Parts: sequence; structure tokens; C-alpha cells
Amino acid sequence: MQRILGNKKAYLVFVLPAFIIYVVMAFVPIMISGYYSVMEWDGIGDKVYTGISNYLELVKDEAFLLSARNSLILAVASIVGQLIPALFFALVLARNVKGEKVYRTIYFIPVLLSTVVIGQLFLKIYNPDYGALNAIIKCFGGKGADWLGDKRFVLAASFFPIIWQYIGYHMLILYTGIKSVPSEIYEAAQIDGATETQMAVHVTIPLIKNTMKVSLTFAVIGSLKLFDLIWVLTKGGPLHASEVPSTLMYTSIFTRMEYGMGSAMAVFIVVECLLFYFVIEKFFKVEAITY
Amino acid sequence: MKINVTKVFLHILLAAFAIVQVYPLIFLLFFSLKDNNEIYSGNVMGVPHKLHWENYHNALFNANVGHYLVNSIFVTAVVIVVSGILACMVSYAIARMRVRGNNIVKTFFSIGLMIPLHAVLLPVFIMLRNLKMLDTYQAIIVPYIAFALPMAIFFMIGFFQTLPLELEESAFLDGCGIFRTFFTIILPLVKPALATISIFTFLSTWNEMMFAITFINSEKYRTLTVGIMQMVGQYTTDWGSMGAGLVVATLPTVIIYLLFSNQVQSGMVAGAVKG
Repeated sequence: MQRILGNKKAYLVFVLPAFIIYVVMAFVPIMISGYYSVMEWDGIGDKVYTGISNYLELVKDEAFLLSARNSLILAVASIVGQLIPALFFALVLARNVKGEKVYRTIYFIPVLLSTVVIGQLFLKIYNPDYGALNAIIKCFGGKGADWLGDKRFVLAASFFPIIWQYIGYHMLILYTGIKSVPSEIYEAAQIDGATETQMAVHVTIPLIKNTMKVSLTFAVIGSLKLFDLIWVLTKGGPLHASEVPSTLMYTSIFTRMEYGMGSAMAVFIVVECLLFYFVIEKFFKVEAITY
Repeated sequence: MKINVTKVFLHILLAAFAIVQVYPLIFLLFFSLKDNNEIYSGNVMGVPHKLHWENYHNALFNANVGHYLVNSIFVTAVVIVVSGILACMVSYAIARMRVRGNNIVKTFFSIGLMIPLHAVLLPVFIMLRNLKMLDTYQAIIVPYIAFALPMAIFFMIGFFQTLPLELEESAFLDGCGIFRTFFTIILPLVKPALATISIFTFLSTWNEMMFAITFINSEKYRTLTVGIMQMVGQYTTDWGSMGAGLVVATLPTVIIYLLFSNQVQSGMVAGAVKG
């Protein structure tokens, strides 16, 4: 037994294929990104070592600062716009409402759709001439707007679909957390005369803090990484109004051929995500609950 | 009486939210069956007056969405199978075998859970370019496998830890080698976990966009995400065919969801909690 499970050759056969693919495609490239980020390079000529000057330029670059600000706005909007409704619906559905499974199934559908599809769909909804949104507004006598072409509206219009899409995901995560609370706890609270709202506030929410932390981490990090939807809807325009760090990174690399700057942005995104991950871990330290 | 009012109110709220969640899809289905005359003459949102099935014919054959669909199915299938088998092997070794350095290997793969695709986009692009591998199936298949692995491995390790050791012990005592034990005894046992992980991999591969639009260009290798991005320019004015293309791209996911909604839901939640 020990001899078989301690067989080094067998271990290598099991681990090596995956290990090689993972190292070559994920681990080494991260290091290379770091290396590119201290170079000035257009992808064709020679690389010139410039130290941290790419990063210094980054923090002075107005478009980049705007993109970072936008992604933070999205993070806050996601927390408010996703987690609050998700928590509400999770609390309601977990209390054995009629049609619980049907609602749960329906709410989750948008999560499965490809961002490309959602983006195209919302391009049609926001279409200034024939879109559904303007059609509704005109029904009520309003004038409608060019939602994605107008600097005043573009941010809200391009963030809405992403918030809408993932409410169901957070709802399901929180719902699963609530369902893992043993029913005896609720029975005890009920005997003590607690109402549904009191139970939600004083019993359920404190018990699912851990799950809420997972949701929070997901909402924040997902916002900081967002690329697909903005790329499909606006590519960051008009005039950087809907830019997020990853779209700016993409255009720096593949349109302006600024490989060094683009890599510095990539490193920034990774560090920012890790930073927020640890901040959330630290500030919402929750002891494991055992029943 | 008061309770009933609250209940009714809650149900209205639940139903209203359900409509908000599915209406965009219904809107899509409707306009995929309309022609431009109908849309431009004011019926943007309603039920189509006449069903224009030719939009689907147009999308599938003239705009090549059928070809992109086949590509997407091929790429996704290869990624699911290869990453599934590799993840099983690694997680079996990590969970069961006693070899020095085991913990380092585990930590190493777990770092992968934190790596966003952005961070490797340019280096992988340059690597593929140098290997003359851009614009091939491998160009996306291999990176997809690499990024499917960490999640799959973590899920599978958890599953192996719940499996009792006895079966393997008796197999070993009967003189069965470790590889035969793995392929004939272990693999059949991990099917449920493999199914969950396959669903997770399916969704992330099927919907991935950043790698696909960067590493693939030619018609021949385009997957649905790339194909649809390219189709936009050509068909901006033809709402119906565009809509039909979007429906085709979405249908496989929705069918899988309706067939396995419980597994899909638990798989996605498992992904969240581990990640």
C-alpha cells in the first residue's frame, strides 16, 4: 500500500502533463508580464529597460485614472445593485415559497449567457432609433436618448447589463448558504415569537456572513476585471467615458502597440485584485460556524 | 389577513423580477423572427406578425454561424475531456499519494485560481506567434485547458477526500497496479464530480471571449464568440439574422441548463465557493 502510493514515478505520470500545460500557459506568462511591464517595447523593435517609468506614467495618465475610477464605481454599484436584491430574493426563496424551484431556475438563466450575446442584445435594446428602451420611453411620452453614444449615460448604460446578469448568481450563492442553516434554529426562533423579518435580520444574516463574504469578493473582483461586456458595447468610448482598466490595456497592446504600458496595466489589474481580495478577507474576518 | 397581503405582494415581486430576468431573451427570440420592415415600422418589442424563419437559414449558412457552432462544440468538447482527465489524474495523486513536495504542487495549482486571463494575454499571444500557432484550434484549446485545470483540480481533490480508501486497498492487495486501479476502479467512481466540473468548464469555455478574439482570426477556426463579433459589422442593419445567430449561440447552453438545471446550479455555486 505505502509502496504503491509512495511511487514517485507514478506520481510524476499523474501530475506532469497537467503541470507542464499549466506552467507554460499560466505561470510563466505571469512572470513575463511583469518583465514586459518594465520595458519600453512596440512588439517589433528592441526592448529597452525603463525601470518603473511605465508605472509612473500610468498614475499620471488621465485615461487610465478614469478607467480605474470607473471600475471602482462599478464595484460599488455591483455591491448595491447585485448583493442587496440578491440577498432579498435569497431570503424570500429559502423560506419555502410556492414556486421556489421555478423562480430559482429562471433567475439563474442570465448567468449562463455569453457576454457577447448579452452585449449584442443590449446594443439592440439601447439602439437610439429602433431600440426597445427608447420605444418604452416614447410610449410614456419621453424623448429617448443615444444611451451608448452620450457621455452622460454611457457608464450607467454599460454597467446595467453586467449588474443585471449576475444578480441570479449571487442569489443562488446566498440561497445555498441560507439553506445550509439547520431548520431547528428557525423553529426555536419561531417558538420565541420572532417574525419572518426579525428572523432574517437576527438569525439568518449573521449565520451566512461567510457566504456573503464570498459574494462580496466575487462582485468586487469581477468588477475590477470586467472586459467582455464593455468591449462589445463601447470598446471604452466615447472618449474613454466607459473605459475600464482591461479595455485600456487591450487597446494599448493591440491598437497602439505599447506592449510595455499594456503589461504594466495587466500587472496593475492583478495586484489590484489581490489587494482587494486580502482587504475583504481581513476586514470581514468571520469565524467558521459549526452547528 | 395581513399575512396574505404580504404574501401576494411578495409573489408579485418575485414574478416581476422573473420577467426582468427573462424578458431580454424573449425580446431576442422575437426579433430573430422579424424582418426589418416590421422593426422599423414600430413593432420592436411585440410578438412577430409573420415568422421569418429564413433569418435562421441566413444566419446558419450565409453568415456561417453553423460553422462557428461546430467549431465551438469541437473546441469545448476537447477542453472538457482533456482538462477533465488531467485534473482527475493530478487530484488523485495530490489527494492520495504520499510523495515529498505534494503540498507544494497543490499550492502551485491553487495560485491558478487567482490568475485573471488579462495577466497572461500578451505573453501567451507572443508565445503563440513565435510558435506559429496563432489562428489554429490549439491556440485557444491549450490555454483554455490550462485555465480550466486549477478549478477542476480543487473540486476533484475535495471529492477524492470523501471517497473511502477500502476499494483501492483491496485492489492493491489483489495485485492491481496503481494505473489500472486508477482507470478501472477510481475513474468510474468520480463520474458525478466529473459531471459537475464538466459543466463549469463548458460554461467558461463556451462563453470565453478575450482569448478567442485575440488568438483566432480566420473564418475557418472562429468559435461562436469570435464569429458573432465579426458578424456584427456585416449585419448591423439586418436585425433578424443577427438575432437568429445569437439564438443559435445561446441554444446549446439553455438546453443543457434545462436538462441539468440542478447540476448546473450546484456546479456554479461550488465554483464560487472554492474560487
